[in-house]
Amino acid sequence: MIAAVTGNYYLVLAALLFTIGAIGLLVRRNVLVMFMCVELMLNAANLTFVTFARMLNDVGGQVIVFFTLVVAAAEVAVGLAIIVAIFRRRQGATADDVDVLKG
Amino acid sequence: METVLFFVFGTFALGGALGVVLARNPVHSALFLVQTLVSIAVYFIVEEAELLAAVQVIVYAGAIVVLFLFVIMLIGVDRQEDLAQDPIPFQRPLAVALGVAAFVEILVLAGSTWATGEHTARGVPVRGGSFGNNVDRVARVLFTDFLWPFELTALLLVIAVVGGVALARRSRHRPPPTSVPADAPEEMTAR
Repeated sequence: MIAAVTGNYYLVLAALLFTIGAIGLLVRRNVLVMFMCVELMLNAANLTFVTFARMLNDVGGQVIVFFTLVVAAAEVAVGLAIIVAIFRRRQGATADDVDVLKG
Repeated sequence: METVLFFVFGTFALGGALGVVLARNPVHSALFLVQTLVSIAVYFIVEEAELLAAVQVIVYAGAIVVLFLFVIMLIGVDRQEDLAQDPIPFQRPLAVALGVAAFVEILVLAGSTWATGEHTARGVPVRGGSFGNNVDRVARVLFTDFLWPFELTALLLVIAVVGGVALARRSRHRPPPTSVPADAPEEMTAR
């Protein structure tokens, strides 16, 4: 029989998810996929918060996840608008093409 | 029971995360992202955060990923990315090395005394006590201890909406793009 799952298991899994997201952010060049990797990292942090809320038996950690969700939603709204604005000016979707501030 | 759930959905979550990074087609990346998000929602249910599990599915899988897919379809980037050449020499090995270093750092820091175990002011517990169900507990803390941050999120959302509209609006004063496509919209050619 496998040992019972403790909070540390969730924390290590969250760290793995965060690492995969960070590597993806550095490796990929498509702006949209980079955005999705940021979402992955945010979700790993959310999982950490919920796990700590359970380990400490304090619901405050779950409330923090709420604020993370709001920030993620705001970030996606503005970020995708920027991506659409970039696409209107030029054809490519790679981050390396956008290396000057003016359009 | 929890052990089985942990390992089954842990495999799903990690597989989805790897899929997001490795898929060549952005649409596939978005669908792998849904897989990871739903797996994490299952974890939220296991960890007694039922409200957050529902919000995770509704907001993330239901709204954010749909927004992603909408933009992918709108701007038509469902063509494949050229992963064969590195724009910067050794970018990928360096990225993987940095990622592994970050992972080790997280594990080392988590083992030190960074987690102090401090509670919030009222210390409403996740389970036990007479505080009602999960929604009652989250609401009690959200509207007392975190009332000021909660009001600030309203401001943040307004700013995000205004910024999104301002960025996505087609400006009338700007010159047309240098390379006008053959099937340009009417307002561009009629100017």
